[in-house]
Amino acid sequence: MLEIKNLHVKLEEEEKQILKGVDLMIEAGKVHAIMGPNGSGKSTLSYVLSGRGGYEVTEGSATMEGVDLLELEPEERAAAGLFLAFQYPVEIPGVGNMTFLRTAVNAQRKARGQEEMSAAEFLKVVRERAKSLKIDADMLKRPVNVGFSGGEKKRNEILQMAMLEPKMCILDETDSGLDVDAMKLVADGVNALRDIGRGFLVITHYQRLLDHIQPDVVHIMADGRIVKSGGPELALEVEHNGYADILSEVA
Amino acid sequence: MAKPELKHSATQARLAGLTLPAGGWSEPARRDALSRLIAMGLPQRRDEYWKYTRPDALVDPATPFAAVLTSDEIPLFDHVDRLQIVFVDGVFDADASDDLALQGVVIERLAETAKSEIHWAKAVYGTLEARGQKPVERPFAAMNTAFATDGVVIHVTGKPSKPINLIYRHRSESSDAILHHVIRVDTGAEATILENGPAAARFNKCTEIDVADGGVLHHVRAQGRDHERRAVTHMFARLGEESVFKSFTLTVNGMLTRNECVIELTGDNAVTHVAGACVGDGDFHHDDTVFITHDAVNCESRQVFKKVLRNGATGVFQGKILVQPGAQKTDGYQISQSLLLDEDSQFLAKPELEIYADDVACSHGSTSGAIDEDAMFYLRSRGVPESTATDLLTLAFLAESVDEIENKALADDILARLQGWLARRR
Ligand SMILES: Nc1ncnc2c1ncn2[C@@H]1O[C@H](COP(=O)(O)OP(=O)(O)OP(=O)(O)O)[C@@H](O)[C@H]1O
Ligand SMILES: [Mg+2]
Repeated sequence: MLEIKNLHVKLEEEEKQILKGVDLMIEAGKVHAIMGPNGSGKSTLSYVLSGRGGYEVTEGSATMEGVDLLELEPEERAAAGLFLAFQYPVEIPGVGNMTFLRTAVNAQRKARGQEEMSAAEFLKVVRERAKSLKIDADMLKRPVNVGFSGGEKKRNEILQMAMLEPKMCILDETDSGLDVDAMKLVADGVNALRDIGRGFLVITHYQRLLDHIQPDVVHIMADGRIVKSGGPELALEVEHNGYADILSEVA
Repeated sequence: MAKPELKHSATQARLAGLTLPAGGWSEPARRDALSRLIAMGLPQRRDEYWKYTRPDALVDPATPFAAVLTSDEIPLFDHVDRLQIVFVDGVFDADASDDLALQGVVIERLAETAKSEIHWAKAVYGTLEARGQKPVERPFAAMNTAFATDGVVIHVTGKPSKPINLIYRHRSESSDAILHHVIRVDTGAEATILENGPAAARFNKCTEIDVADGGVLHHVRAQGRDHERRAVTHMFARLGEESVFKSFTLTVNGMLTRNECVIELTGDNAVTHVAGACVGDGDFHHDDTVFITHDAVNCESRQVFKKVLRNGATGVFQGKILVQPGAQKTDGYQISQSLLLDEDSQFLAKPELEIYADDVACSHGSTSGAIDEDAMFYLRSRGVPESTATDLLTLAFLAESVDEIENKALADDILARLQGWLARRR
């Protein structure tokens, strides 16, 4: 599904190398998790994959189902099925959440040559999916993320994911800021989408999320590289011992 | 320096082709206005109040040419139940207009009323304009009072059931129209005035608005999409105790548009809101000049102006709040913001506060910025193409001023139109 090879990324504006050769391969149907110390480059990886400006790829490649992602505009990557749940969802004053969702869904459908969803059908689907994430009608009416609590913003990300039904979902610390119940809701939302045709990359600091979303593979990222990969037990190890052991082991 | 002579001769040249309508109640006011105008002279580039906007095309004796806009779009407010008053190239068109009779309001054509010597409008015509000449001169308004050839006088005595819509139509590529309207709202009366449509190749419009104690006037106006127009408009409003005047203007396109709004809050507890949304593309120049004087206790004034500029367009905002001695408990707010869609466009703002009372709350702010990159990426990452995302964010920016319109149906009409216009440009 997603194949990243030797990806090197630096900041466009300054000589700062952030990703220093990332290799990662996520098959359809699998859930991969990335853990790693603050500043190791996890969010940068997710941004570069989704096409945010300000970064320069100096080496390596990233493809999704064989398509070169790095050649595509952000909206084209989205239409191709890539989705990023932001670590820090953006507030957009003046744009209603519902308008935003419908515009996004229909733009992607249009890009794929599908027919737009009718207003009635859209409303029905959105209500149903919002309900299961305990997002009330008021939050749908309000401007995108404006005045949302941290947890509400994260649930709103998952609602977008549920509406867009992407093939490759990247979740950047979607669990941080969530209370225990909300974490369960979000995990349920993710698990509901787990499917043989869909890949997940879950970035997290906490083993707890991985109790709910069982990963197939866990990677440790440090200083711009994947330094270790393993099964779910790797997350437990991090939870108990921190990164020191792993980092000294690979150094 | 021969500057005053230059100014004098430029003014004389501009007035050469104009004749002062004679007779009737308005003649003395017109003569007064003419002497005011001669004393001031028409503005020139060096004038401080015209620092950001070149008045040349408005002063030029020759009318600049302006192509007539051909458009198949449904005019704004078309679905609104309203009383329509149509002016074609600045001339009242009785056939195209509705019957002017409406419960709660007396509407007359200015030229008709002028036949008599006595009329209520005599107390307003040129009076509010003359008051508005201090402390800043507004020569085009004096010129308008002197030479206006047509217009309506509207006396709101009750609460008319529907808005009064002044509709302008532009047919001649070289029309040079001078219109003057007078609106009086009686104690406790309430009305809504709508204005829209391209008026003329060159347009000078002056509206004097006298709102008595407890009166309410709403005003929603749209200028555009005729691009080659040169327009200067003035609104002079005087507000009595507990009265309300709210005005919103949408401006789209236009090589030169200068909208001056001069409001005097003369009665305690009066409220005024003035707002504007503007979309400028290319060789566009739009200037909002606002002067609000608080001269009574516990009055509220609010200014919300938003401009979206691209392809070298220029937006100007000059806004002043003057709080006179004794105007305690004044609540004055002013915000002017521009969204610059490229680096060629510019926004020039001059916000001013002048306060002579000690118990007041006044604030002003002005910002100028590009589209929020984070919001842009967020939208695009959800599959929204860049152009659609730009439109969404632009509309969201403008919506904050459109929201100032109290009537939801009118606001929605304006928003829908903006949406269409934003999409149309590419
Ligand atoms: N635009 C930028 N300007 C300057 N430094 C940047 C920029 N983007 C990323 N960095 C730096 O790159 C490094 C990696 O940042 P990134 O956000 O990818 O880390 P992370 O692994 O997601 O960390 P966290 O766990 O705290 O979210 C950090 O040192 C960060 O300061
Ligand atoms: Mg991060």
